Amino acid sequence: MTAAPDPFDVIVVGAGPAGSAAALAVARAGLRVALLERGPFPGSKNMYGGVIYGRVLDQVIPNWWDEIPIQRWITRRGTMILTPTQSLCLDFRSQTWAGPPYNGATALRPDFDAWLAAKAEAAGSVLVTSTVATDVVRDPSGRVVGVVTDRPDPATGASTSALRARVVIACDGVNSFIAKAAGLYPGASEQAEHTTLGVKEVLRLPRESIEQRFNLTGREGADFEVVGCTMDVPGGGFLYTNLDTISVGVVLHLPGLAASKHRPEEILAGFKAHPSIAPFVAGGEIVEYSAHLIPEGGYDQIPTLAGDGLLVAGDAAGLCLAAGVWLEGVNFAIGSGLAAGATAVEAIRSGDTTAARGLAGYRARLEANFVLADHKKLRRVPEFLLSGRAQFQYPQLTCDVVEDLFTVRNPAPKQGIARLAWKSARRSRVRLRDLARDGWTAIRSYG
Amino acid sequence: MTNDSSRTWPRVSFDDRMGTVEFRVSPTPHIVVDGDSCRGCSTRACVTACPANLFVPTSDGGIVFNYEQCFECGTCYLVCDTEGAISWSYPEGGHGVVFHAS
Ligand SMILES: Cc1cc2nc3c(=O)[nH]c(=O)nc-3n(C[C@H](O)[C@H](O)[C@H](O)COP(=O)(O)OP(=O)(O)OC[C@H]3O[C@@H](n4cnc5c(N)ncnc54)[C@H](O)[C@@H]3O)c2cc1C
Ligand code: SF4
Ligand code: SF4
Repeated sequence: MTAAPDPFDVIVVGAGPAGSAAALAVARAGLRVALLERGPFPGSKNMYGGVIYGRVLDQVIPNWWDEIPIQRWITRRGTMILTPTQSLCLDFRSQTWAGPPYNGATALRPDFDAWLAAKAEAAGSVLVTSTVATDVVRDPSGRVVGVVTDRPDPATGASTSALRARVVIACDGVNSFIAKAAGLYPGASEQAEHTTLGVKEVLRLPRESIEQRFNLTGREGADFEVVGCTMDVPGGGFLYTNLDTISVGVVLHLPGLAASKHRPEEILAGFKAHPSIAPFVAGGEIVEYSAHLIPEGGYDQIPTLAGDGLLVAGDAAGLCLAAGVWLEGVNFAIGSGLAAGATAVEAIRSGDTTAARGLAGYRARLEANFVLADHKKLRRVPEFLLSGRAQFQYPQLTCDVVEDLFTVRNPAPKQGIARLAWKSARRSRVRLRDLARDGWTAIRSYG
Repeated sequence: MTNDSSRTWPRVSFDDRMGTVEFRVSPTPHIVVDGDSCRGCSTRACVTACPANLFVPTSDGGIVFNYEQCFECGTCYLVCDTEGAISWSYPEGGHGVVFHAS
């Protein structure tokens, strides 16, 4: 041993939820960890819907709800189906969610990501902001032994510098260049097929107006997920309440958007103008416009999760769960980040950081908890949800059945639901064979 | 949703919309578009899909691109299927888009 020892055992790339959770796990175990973030502060590059489901933090930060920087606690959840002139909403409310241990909360990412990164720092992680990891460093055997950063090297004067460690954990989000550079993404050329673009407006409204419009008191909050509101592009919409702003946005499947004549802000404007949405957002002044990709491929698109000296977590590993009634990425990022951190610690202690042995426990850990269990159960959902039937035919069919049911046609007698459904199915050209198959997929996935 | 243009078009201008976003612009572009490669492109997918509307077709079949107001989302390189048209990377550390309210 001649060279000075590396200053860090682990390098985590990206201080989003996955990265800060991974760094927290490593630092708490007493190992030395650097947390690299390309933005000027954690959260500065990140946008989402968004609601954070904190249950995953129970074991890690007891009573997290006393300190997490939230906007509102979700007590009202709506799932909406829209057609241009109709809407159907399953509107659920639970006061159980208004107090500890809570269920979900709206939060802004610059607040939340900075809070979680500060937890990692308090445990001993070294947070390095304004620094891009541009590539991995490998030893002659191909094992990853660090990253190249865009910070100048004080020793040589070069414009980049290398930072070495025993394990690198890539938590660099949906574009995932570190995992791609390490060759863990053979299917990268098809990524657009499994990716959606989210665009969102944060609109300022007086706090009282938000509470009146959404029927809320105190810190209660509402969350609406919407399908059938994205013109000719498969996708969905969302509407969330913050304290004195609301977040309204659409999520658009990239191939459909690329082929469409409609631009993202135009589709969002159409969503906001829908008679069921407009009264909620009317008069709101745009505070910030934002855009970000979502990996929606689910279980079948998850890359190889470990290479020699390298683990991948969060969106970088495609672990965001986008399954219609559920859009959960932050909790999956935290869950996988914690597992990656724990695996890295074990591997370093055992002296073996190869993918085949020391780091092999990572996938097993994820299979044993919600991260891969939920993805496996819901593996058929992403393809179904972005299909033409789920996007265009079924919303129309469902709304037509309900409209028929509630339209009074005296003196004609009322018709049974089965007959109305049959008529609507014929009108919207739904094939019974498809309906039966999709019904079966739904039962197997959500049942 | 409807063809009534007063309803489908945003009430704020696109410039005002982008004016709500902070960009700490780097002196060096992080994305470079090779306008020549674009001449043979029939999809023009980037023109519709880029949420910041940074790809502008020119009358002679090329594309003019400005990197300053970019969300760094990745949509453009994912939808573009012309090899070599887009060289994409993140801006140098600390530069580019900075979200505050999302
Ligand atoms: C429109 C939209 C709505 C969503 N709604 C919800 C929701 O309501 N609830 C929910 O739970 N999830 C939601 N998600 C998903 C959720 O945002 C993601 O799953 C989650 O942020 C993933 O966390 P992450 O840490 O893996 O990645 P990210 O949050 O993307 O963090 C990655 C970090 O790495 C940094 N980075 C990237 N590359 C480098 C590099 N080379 N060097 C240094 N730093 C780098 C980035 O700056 C960033 O801080 C939504 C997403 C979108 C886009
Ligand atoms: S950037 Fe790609 S998609 Fe856009 S015009 Fe050029 S070749 Fe076509
Ligand atoms: S990264 Fe996103 S915002 Fe930037 S140019 Fe490409 S599509 Fe437009």
